[in-house]
Amino acid sequence: MIRKPLRPLASILRARDAGENPDAIERENVRQRHEEMRDKGRVRAEGRLFIMAILFLGGFITVSARMAVVSVSEAVEPRANYSGNRIVAQRADIVDRRGRILATNLETYALYAQPPQMIDKERVARELAAIFPDLKEERLVKDFTGKRKFLWIKKKLSPEQKQAVHDIGDPGLQFGTREMRLYPNGKLAAHILGGASFGKEDVRAAEVIGVAGVEKYFDEVLRDPANGGKALTLSIDLTVQAAAERVLAGGMKLMNAKSAAAVLMDVNTGEIVSMISLPDFDPNDRPRPPTKGLPSDSPLFNRAVQGLYELGSVFKIFAATQAMELGLANPSTLVNTAGPLRWGKFKIRDFRDYGSEMTLTKVIVKSSNIGTARMAQLIGAERQQGFLRDLGFFEPIPVELVEAHGAKPLYPDNWSELSTMTISYGHGLSTSPLHLAAGYAAIANGGKRVIPTLLKRDTPQDGPRVISQENAEAARRMLRMVVTDGTASFGDVPGYAVGGKTGTADKPKENGGGYYDDKVIATFASIFPAYDPKYVLIVSLDEPVETSGPEPRRTAGWTAVPVAAEMITRIAPLLGLRPDVEPGRLTDITLTSN
Amino acid sequence: MRMILFMTTALAVIGLAVWAYQENYRTQNAISETERLQGEIGEARARLAVLRAEWAYLNRPERLRDLAQINYDSLQLLPLRPDQFGKIDQVAFPPRDTLIDLDDAVDVSSAGDRP
Repeated sequence: MIRKPLRPLASILRARDAGENPDAIERENVRQRHEEMRDKGRVRAEGRLFIMAILFLGGFITVSARMAVVSVSEAVEPRANYSGNRIVAQRADIVDRRGRILATNLETYALYAQPPQMIDKERVARELAAIFPDLKEERLVKDFTGKRKFLWIKKKLSPEQKQAVHDIGDPGLQFGTREMRLYPNGKLAAHILGGASFGKEDVRAAEVIGVAGVEKYFDEVLRDPANGGKALTLSIDLTVQAAAERVLAGGMKLMNAKSAAAVLMDVNTGEIVSMISLPDFDPNDRPRPPTKGLPSDSPLFNRAVQGLYELGSVFKIFAATQAMELGLANPSTLVNTAGPLRWGKFKIRDFRDYGSEMTLTKVIVKSSNIGTARMAQLIGAERQQGFLRDLGFFEPIPVELVEAHGAKPLYPDNWSELSTMTISYGHGLSTSPLHLAAGYAAIANGGKRVIPTLLKRDTPQDGPRVISQENAEAARRMLRMVVTDGTASFGDVPGYAVGGKTGTADKPKENGGGYYDDKVIATFASIFPAYDPKYVLIVSLDEPVETSGPEPRRTAGWTAVPVAAEMITRIAPLLGLRPDVEPGRLTDITLTSN
Repeated sequence: MRMILFMTTALAVIGLAVWAYQENYRTQNAISETERLQGEIGEARARLAVLRAEWAYLNRPERLRDLAQINYDSLQLLPLRPDQFGKIDQVAFPPRDTLIDLDDAVDVSSAGDRP
């Protein structure tokens, strides 16, 4: 490029001759040069902008074209993809700790009708009523001949029913595919599983949603397609649950109890191996919640988790343990048990008069209210509350059941010294049997708090320490003594060294105003084997009466304890616990060395 | 020379077209085969689920208990009791007089044999 000089000599000379300012020429030339540069720059920038615009336009066109294609075309499953993790069922199975099915899905059909397409409405109604005895013919005729264009008739059909309906042969009757939840074991573990029902319904499919128990608690997890149908493994053992349920049902009948509950828990892992509440129900055909009467009388009520009761003397061991923990007493400390113990106008009595003094062990073994109340006075309200809170008696148990979150223990707002004394022997604090199981587990496992869980786990829970190792062991020895020479003498199962504490609590009247004289809740909280506890078992009977003697007996020692003992006899072998019997006479053993 | 180049190019195009045509059909076949297999897998899974449910239903503890009761005469099944099993080291060593000296490798004993 030839640059034009800013001061061309010819023009300068000419301007000088004419007497003009030569700088004007230079300025003019500079201006022209700048204009040229500006024009060139603009052209280049415009070109760039144009290319950018084209690129963006192309991008937008591609995106919008793809969107249009996606929205217009029909959804197709990717055909050539290999997918190992296909959605097998809508809802994952639930299995027990050994992989046996507790809940699964089954394909079935729903029956619906489209009356406008029906040919002979009266005949269809008549034949349907013959197949399904619960349907009324008049009602069906009214539905078919009315204005309705669509109605559901049955939500689940068995194959036989489906064939029978098919044989009616009317085009107005249609089947819709369904997946239904099946609980093959029937009533077994009904309260844990809860139940399921249909959510949103369509002709082709319906949502299956959990309505109670673990089914509801884990609803999201069970329905999450990302899990690929991986079964939910519970800590329940099917065999143990079945055996325990049978024993408890028999015991409940024998002891004329209104209802019963039992919890069997691993003391180290906190796994609930079996949990029973009787009367129970069939989750395949879950009854409707009661509209009248107490909800706690319904079979849907889970007594082991939701039932908050004053459980009575089973709490004494906590007072004794805390007294030892605080250094206020040791197992052989003498406690004043002279009765009755007066507090204002309130009197605390014992079942029998046990004399004026007993050791702390004896207080537990004989179940002395007075002795425990005196210990509680020494401990004081604040420390007692702290200890019970550490053991989890003030909060709902965070177990994996939807019902558990409503079961917050009931305790007095104003925790007076009298409350301290009564709560020490289990009156004035209402908790569920599951709370009690967690409390006893802490004693049984050597003093660490455990949180009950329904999910299988392999490692022990390393909870915070609430009781020292030595005091937990002393408490276990006391519990063992209760069985060997105390109130729970029927509870001894040879080979399993059962330890435990009985509790017989008068039932409070529903409308307030004191307690019933002839209605009790009998509880036996046990640990076995007492020298190295593996399991804690709580058995609680509501209003039991043992009538084999001349007068009716209601104490836990006569009612809950024999049931618990029979239960341990049945379930301990199933749990793989070998009885530790006295070794036989070792004859003719010669020590040799070679 | 040019002619040869044209010819080879044309032949190559024809060859590639034939190959692409075959590959296309093979892919289509493979896809329909996977579809068929996936359908089969799905059906097998559904069948398996039904079988599992039936297995669980037939093995429910309640039914097994009833069956054990009905067939008590032939099976004599009772619930497992704690005294029916234990640890091997709890079993007493047999008294000396029931033991027989077996020295040689070929020694056999007929003690305890019933006619």
